Amino acid sequence: MLRKTALAAGLILALGGAQAQAQGQQRQGFTFWYGLTGQLSEAVQSVCKRFNDSQAQYSVTCTSQGDYAKALQNTIAAFRANEQPTVVQVYDIGTADLMLAGVYRPARELMASQGHQVNWNNYLPPIAAYYATSKGEMLSFPFNSSTAVMYWNRAAGQKAGIAEAPATWEQVAEAARKMKAAGHACPIAMDFDSWALFEQFAAIHNVPVATRANGYGGLDAEYVFNQGVIKKHFNNLLDWYKEGLIQIRTPQSGKDGIASFAAGECAMAFGSIASHSTIRRTAAEGLDWTPVMVPVYEGTQRINSRVGGASLWTLKGRPEGEYKAAAAFFAFLATPESEEYWSTITGYIPVTAAGQARLEQNGFYKKPENAGREVAMQSLMLTEPTENSRGLRLGNLTQFRAAYANEMQAAFAGQKTMDQALAALQEQGNQLLRRFEQTYRGKQLP
Amino acid sequence: MSNTRRALFRSTWLPWALVLPQLLIIFVFFYWPTGEALYWAFTLEQPWGGGNAWVGWQNFVSVFSSAGYWHSVRISILYAVATTVLAIGVALLLALFVDREVKGSRGYRLAAIWPYAIAAPAIGIVFRFVFDPRSGVFAFLNQASPGMWDPTLNGNHAMTMLVLAGAWQLVSYNFVFLLAGLQSVPRALVEASAMDGAGPLRRMWDLQVPLLAPTLFFLAIINMTDSFTHSFALVDVMTSGGPARSTDLMVYKIYSDGFKGLDYSGAAAQSIVLMLLVVGMTFLQFRFVERKLHYK
Repeated sequence: MLRKTALAAGLILALGGAQAQAQGQQRQGFTFWYGLTGQLSEAVQSVCKRFNDSQAQYSVTCTSQGDYAKALQNTIAAFRANEQPTVVQVYDIGTADLMLAGVYRPARELMASQGHQVNWNNYLPPIAAYYATSKGEMLSFPFNSSTAVMYWNRAAGQKAGIAEAPATWEQVAEAARKMKAAGHACPIAMDFDSWALFEQFAAIHNVPVATRANGYGGLDAEYVFNQGVIKKHFNNLLDWYKEGLIQIRTPQSGKDGIASFAAGECAMAFGSIASHSTIRRTAAEGLDWTPVMVPVYEGTQRINSRVGGASLWTLKGRPEGEYKAAAAFFAFLATPESEEYWSTITGYIPVTAAGQARLEQNGFYKKPENAGREVAMQSLMLTEPTENSRGLRLGNLTQFRAAYANEMQAAFAGQKTMDQALAALQEQGNQLLRRFEQTYRGKQLP
Repeated sequence: MSNTRRALFRSTWLPWALVLPQLLIIFVFFYWPTGEALYWAFTLEQPWGGGNAWVGWQNFVSVFSSAGYWHSVRISILYAVATTVLAIGVALLLALFVDREVKGSRGYRLAAIWPYAIAAPAIGIVFRFVFDPRSGVFAFLNQASPGMWDPTLNGNHAMTMLVLAGAWQLVSYNFVFLLAGLQSVPRALVEASAMDGAGPLRRMWDLQVPLLAPTLFFLAIINMTDSFTHSFALVDVMTSGGPARSTDLMVYKIYSDGFKGLDYSGAAAQSIVLMLLVVGMTFLQFRFVERKLHYK
């Protein structure tokens, strides 16, 4: 009996499969690999489904490849075996590697060749600048974009007698001291990710991380961050850690900064605006919180923060029909409706002016579940991007970030002074840059 | 052996044909990748395959001149030795218990074999919880005195944690071999020494352990090479090489430089060095340690 049922079920499945295949034959398919997991992976899948349901000509098959680094590794392995996907999501810091590898079809060329009219000025300038050549031509499509913010526990602040979220680091330290005095064990959560506290910090303070316009000007750039406000900032962080104002919260220690903030343990945390939806979903009962701009030091003219996240690259070497389908996918993603959908199901920000306008018209930021998300747009659009705030066009950034984490750990564990750690980091960073330059000897950044 | 008992193939191609599948497998999965790695170690390979340039010994020079690399070698050796000593020591103790039919030994004889069947990432996840400074089993240390146990920031703690997890997995493997070894020690010898008045400890040190020497030697080699090459999954899951590179073992460094950092050539050079190191160590062990053992 059971056997018969199973047989029948198998038969139905097989027939259904054949039917789906028959339908698929009329559609031009292509593959899209991405580097998101968990809830964000489901969000990408629902975007893919929306695209497939929206028309009958094309179909996209979306596959999660693990985290960003894994997605890049797998794509490279696939590319070397000539099995690459048509479209791949690459994180911001992989941009320089992609540009030099020359394995992609530039966004403009792709859309023009498939007969799509695109208003390239529609893409928000600080976002476009990260993925564009030094002359401003966008090579990949920004997809999931974010920027760094500070998450602030309002209730913990009020309990310590602070009405307003701190806007400067001096105020952050003062607030943390008051909270500590009021019995809050963990005023500030910190991790060893360089993005918010180092890369974004440099951008909003308008100081260079590296020469040659943070690498946009050429492969011979050198790290020069070990001076001035950055040096002061990290020495301060270490002092505040010793004072008990900062606690280290990493995934290895069980709870990262965002999770500690959501649980109400730590009153201030730094991270991506994309974590807004995570905190909203996982916040402890009655947590009174808001994102605010990452603080600056007093006397600093704050400029715009930098975009983070990832962009979509089209890889060479696939049949022409797939590029037609991919171009349609990109056009679909850039519609204001798609942008609104994406921002609604995730914590990411819209990447086009039209998308942003639609969100504002529909009262997106006024909805209680999105409270505070406009802060990211304000931070990103605050000023015209400068050489210091448009992005980092540096090779081997993944390894640089790992070196950053290691040197910071050494400093916070007391094995080195902060000055020694920063000097060592700069030296290692420069070795990485020289190696990258040598690997791509004779090539030029576009 | 006398010559009369040796079987000979008449044809010359048949023996080759019989070993060919084996040779093919070894070639495809061992010699070919090794050859490729050797080539990459002397070139600078572009990750996306856009070409490479011959750089001679440069990759090795930069590997050997990096302080981080020597640190990695030192801690890899430390990890291998500590894990091996701990794993063999504990396994020997357990095997002696079982051999003496201590109460309850029947139960844990079975239980002690299981851990070897568990995949390293699973062990890593479980031990990450056990050693968690805030909510794990070890959290009581921090309750007794805050900051006493912190593998996320203290390198020695992180290394201790790795060694314990690594040894835990090897104990079961060693246990099987040592128990088999112990049970092949002639009863008559043990009983004779017992009648001469030797207690259990004396019998263990003067009789059983010396007779186990070949097994111990074999396990030492297997454990050492295993610690050098199979520690990857534990490091990846438990510490990612941190904090401050204190658990950046050679095999993990190869992975993170090569695959995360896309420095294929540097990673290739490192894996050649690791291969030579393991080969050299095994050679030394056979050359100098094995001589002192008496099999006959």
